[in-house]
Amino acid sequence: MPTYVDPNTCNACAGEHEGPLCVYICPNDLMTMDLEQNKGVNQEPELCSECYACVKLCPQEAIFVRGYSDFVPLGASVHPTRVEGGLTWTVKFRDGRELQFTYPSRTTPVGSSDPYRDFTEDRENDLQGQGLAGESKWLGVDKLPTL
Amino acid sequence: MGLPSIETVECDILVIGGGMSGCGAAFESKFWGEDLKVVIVDKAVIERSGATGEGLSAINCYMGQRYGWNTPEDFVHYVVNDMMGLAREDLVYDVGRHVDSSVHLLEEWGLPIWKKDNGEYERIGRWQIPIHGESLKPVTAEPARKAVGKENIYERVSITHLLTDANDPNRIAGAIGFGVRENKIWVFKAQAVIMTSGGASNVFRPRSVNEGIGRTWYSVFATGSAYGLMIPIGTEMTQMEHRFVPTRFKDGYGPVGMWFQYFHAHVENALGEDYTVTRDDELRKYEPYGSAIPTPTPLRNHQMFLDIKEGKGPMYMRTDLAMQELAGGDPAKMDKVREEAWEDFLDMTIAQAMTWASQNIAPEETPSEVVLAEPYIMGSHSGEAGAWVSGPEDLAPPEYYWGYNKMTTIRGLFAAGDGVGAAPHKFSSGSFTEGRLAAKSAVRFVKENSTSVQLNSSQVNTLAESIWAPLETFDKYKGVSTAPEINPHYITPKQALVRLQKIMDEYAGGTSALYTTNGPTLERGIALIEMLREDLQHQGARNRHELLRCWEVVHRTWTGEAHLRHLLHRKETRWPGYYYRSDYPDLDDVNWRVFVNSKFDASANRWDISTKPYLNLVK
Repeated sequence: MPTYVDPNTCNACAGEHEGPLCVYICPNDLMTMDLEQNKGVNQEPELCSECYACVKLCPQEAIFVRGYSDFVPLGASVHPTRVEGGLTWTVKFRDGRELQFTYPSRTTPVGSSDPYRDFTEDRENDLQGQGLAGESKWLGVDKLPTL
Repeated sequence: MGLPSIETVECDILVIGGGMSGCGAAFESKFWGEDLKVVIVDKAVIERSGATGEGLSAINCYMGQRYGWNTPEDFVHYVVNDMMGLAREDLVYDVGRHVDSSVHLLEEWGLPIWKKDNGEYERIGRWQIPIHGESLKPVTAEPARKAVGKENIYERVSITHLLTDANDPNRIAGAIGFGVRENKIWVFKAQAVIMTSGGASNVFRPRSVNEGIGRTWYSVFATGSAYGLMIPIGTEMTQMEHRFVPTRFKDGYGPVGMWFQYFHAHVENALGEDYTVTRDDELRKYEPYGSAIPTPTPLRNHQMFLDIKEGKGPMYMRTDLAMQELAGGDPAKMDKVREEAWEDFLDMTIAQAMTWASQNIAPEETPSEVVLAEPYIMGSHSGEAGAWVSGPEDLAPPEYYWGYNKMTTIRGLFAAGDGVGAAPHKFSSGSFTEGRLAAKSAVRFVKENSTSVQLNSSQVNTLAESIWAPLETFDKYKGVSTAPEINPHYITPKQALVRLQKIMDEYAGGTSALYTTNGPTLERGIALIEMLREDLQHQGARNRHELLRCWEVVHRTWTGEAHLRHLLHRKETRWPGYYYRSDYPDLDDVNWRVFVNSKFDASANRWDISTKPYLNLVK
């Protein structure tokens, strides 16, 4: 299900310090800049896993997906819009039916994690034992099982 | 052209791969090794890299010890049965006893987990809990990034080879690779390395043929680098003959677990028969595993495969019956079930939602085809290929223990996730946990082994030249032909991949061979893949993107060759439904309830294959 970029909406992420965000995020090195058009483009659509990482991140909402030509008939679309704490998905069927769903993604503000908060393990004395960092607080049972 | 500059980074612990295992390893190693320099290297960006980058709709490995749901012993019994008798019980137990702490931490960091009215986690099956998991990976990556510091994360660097110590080929010393987005060779010198990179998709010819080959069931970014990096330096591997053949919704490869376990749907053939009922007797051929509850995954595949082979398809998941039953005629209930059903795909396999929408499939009205996919070689899900590692001190018998938990047979080289063999059913949470376990162990190793590793500069220079060679080869020979894809001096990485997939499909029991092979067929496959391995030294790449693909197919080919050689060694059919040896069609517990291990000896270009005992530790 390869992604494609709407040339009328893509602005090459002008002003984004990471550069074009689809190019930045693509896990398979597919999204690249077409230097003549100065727009994002999927350079290897047959290795696109439709993960939607670029679609979700695009600040212009300029990236869409056209289903895999091997087995996806034309006419449908599945597209997310970011909302507070989650995504709203619009699913359009080939026959015109339309569904909309909103699901949460994250319960905490982005950037708020605190890796070792309230961990009580002793970095020297507990290094030899079997317990992992924070397990005295987070394992859920008092004692780590063993055989 | 010319070789680009070489930049060297020195560190105490190098984590290769920033997926779930890698993020777990990074997080844990900076706690115990507060004073150590820990580096993560990833070919992409850790917020969306690895097999869970797209998201997940469930955590599939959770004991619920605090609720009294399961013990690690229960988990071992389940996993060993599902693997038809072969798994390392020490390693499986180790993941099981720790995994709950990882899940609770992920929730603390922001992962939304479905809850029952009493506040307990909702359950899908015995080990599975549903999540709103679209952002599982960014939620996991954030504390890892904070722990090691952004200056220690090298993204868009693809590791191609591991480096061993100048004075001891059995001691890890680091890794080498190249910049995917800049002309640079990167050398990492490390006291310990934690291998957390991926298992292998696209080793076998996929059912799809064009754009759809990106829609592999396991992540298309998982290129077998865990194996392709460890095998060439002589790391002992185990169970590389094992594979996973997923039963999934056809073509989009959307997950079925929620449908079977949460919605209680069943699959019917074209005659309206349920193979779990009509093929029940077939299970008696595979005792004691045939009577295990639940029926092991390969045996359920096998039952369905018999229907397909007899021409009784298509096989349909009766989503319609299941949803109507759950809703019981109540439109509000149907709305809730519909919302849950679509979320299962939209959280993790969006292509399946598109496939349904494009084919006008509303699951409450229309059943949906399921299929047996092409095989995958991996170690974290229902596959168990990977390195032979030491178990933990308090669980492992002497046969499974050599000083540091999760250390491979190469000193200082640790593994987790897809890289650890004989320890399946970890999934996302268990892989994260195994990364943590490997990391704590690696910290102890670094603190107890302070002698500084030495890089072999001629090894580094030779590898640097070979990494860059496909670009040089293209440049040197492009004038020979007017068509860049047709040249007698090189093959493109895409051509190499297609050759690999054809060999594996036809000789190693892929879909077109009906998952069936035999000794002479495997020997022929090995002869052909040996020539492919030679030809991979003559790849041509037009740019760095193609250079990335060149090294991915090298890693996939090592994986495929190991698979062929292990298949040849195991003279039985242990996992019907995954593959069949036509010359040894039966399960043989008397002779073959053993692990098959291999070591590649680079100096002699030889594979040494052996067996290791299966030991029952959990009664």
